[in-house]
Amino acid sequence: MSLIEITDVRKSFGDNEVLKGIDLDVEKGEVVAIIGKSGSGKSTLLRCINGLETINSGSISVGGAQLMSEEKQLRQLRLRVGMIFQQFNLFPHLTAGRNVMLAQTVVKKTPKEEARKIAGEMLERVGLGHRFDAYPEELSGGQQQRVAIARALAMKPDALLCDEITSALDPELVAEVLAVVRQLASEGMTLLMVTHEMSFARDVCSRVVFMHQGKVHEVGPPATFFTEPKTPELKQFIGVH
Amino acid sequence: MVEFTLWDIARNLLLAMRWTIVLSLVSFVGGGLVGLLVLFGRIAKNRVSRLVSKGYIELFQGTPLLMQLFLAFFGLGLFGINVPAWLAAGIALILWTAAFLGEIWRGCVEAIAKGQWEASASLGMSYLEQMRYVVLPQALRIAVPPTVGFSVQVIKGTALTSIIGFVELTKAGTIVTNATFEPFTVYGLVALFYFALCYPLSYSSQILERKLNVAHRNH
Repeated sequence: MSLIEITDVRKSFGDNEVLKGIDLDVEKGEVVAIIGKSGSGKSTLLRCINGLETINSGSISVGGAQLMSEEKQLRQLRLRVGMIFQQFNLFPHLTAGRNVMLAQTVVKKTPKEEARKIAGEMLERVGLGHRFDAYPEELSGGQQQRVAIARALAMKPDALLCDEITSALDPELVAEVLAVVRQLASEGMTLLMVTHEMSFARDVCSRVVFMHQGKVHEVGPPATFFTEPKTPELKQFIGVH
Repeated sequence: MVEFTLWDIARNLLLAMRWTIVLSLVSFVGGGLVGLLVLFGRIAKNRVSRLVSKGYIELFQGTPLLMQLFLAFFGLGLFGINVPAWLAAGIALILWTAAFLGEIWRGCVEAIAKGQWEASASLGMSYLEQMRYVVLPQALRIAVPPTVGFSVQVIKGTALTSIIGFVELTKAGTIVTNATFEPFTVYGLVALFYFALCYPLSYSSQILERKLNVAHRNH
């Protein structure tokens, strides 16, 4: 059984159908990149997986647990899939360390000392062990995003959803965030990422998914995906003729 | 004819000003507590409680404070309940303050970026946990300047209670004028005393606002 199973998922905003029947399975340890034009439904799909958007039909399951609209089950599922956002969304009133500690103590009821220890380890993991007491506004965009990754990791999720996590960063800061993601991938973390970093997708991902007009248009291993695109839409998107 | 010195006038006004201060404090604290209820009703998921809260706010913001005072003072009297002026003044001002504070605070809660809700939700927090640990601490910071600013309105609002006979600064001014026949001096002093109460508050509100902007300069 796959870790994440997405079956015939449909989602509309009013009359506008954004996802038109998505089928996608992600195995444990897989790194999957989702690419496509803006408006193709990539981000919406990711947001559906951890319930930030409710789906109209179809089913999504993570580790065998169905995605339900019921609040309590939804929270259970969210503990298994972490999410990292384009805009970081760190809590500005808390230090980096407290950002990583908060959900551990509040949601998982981890004792404070242990949460602090885990927070320290996670920040260390993203190379920011020394910035435990810094407030988000004192950190660069790249550092903030790495704290956000540490915050998600501290919940010990089975998979991470990354929603264009480098798109809001200055070019020189993209590399430090991608380096962290690359390291997570090599450690076997399951990653599902919407990205515009094609070369990163090519290097790190086990599969690449091209979405077009609300559907999975083409899927393939990165080795052939970029060099031998099968559909004209993908050819046009990646600029191969 | 008895001669009144300026000190006589000022002393009597200052004594009455105590009641302006007490009534302001009661209204502000009481209104703050009721305002919290209004706020939570206003942003609740339950549709009925949202509607009730909204109706309450619109009712109290959409009618003059003076009418609310009249209704509290005379209205209850119709049912045979004898309401003293201080009680009517307190009730009306608390309810009126609550409506405004509730709405001011709602704005502050809604000013918190959607991403904060999403990030905390994706970490598995419940609605109450999101409120308690993520949204309210941030909303509180932006709420301070407008809340302090509104306290000035409350102080000035207490002047209206003179009309139902509650003896505070304004009412004392009228009484003293009737005795001294020096309306310009008396009301001049009354205005000065109000200013002495209100100006430090509006000034600190401005300072707080500036401080807050400094904290947010990087955003």
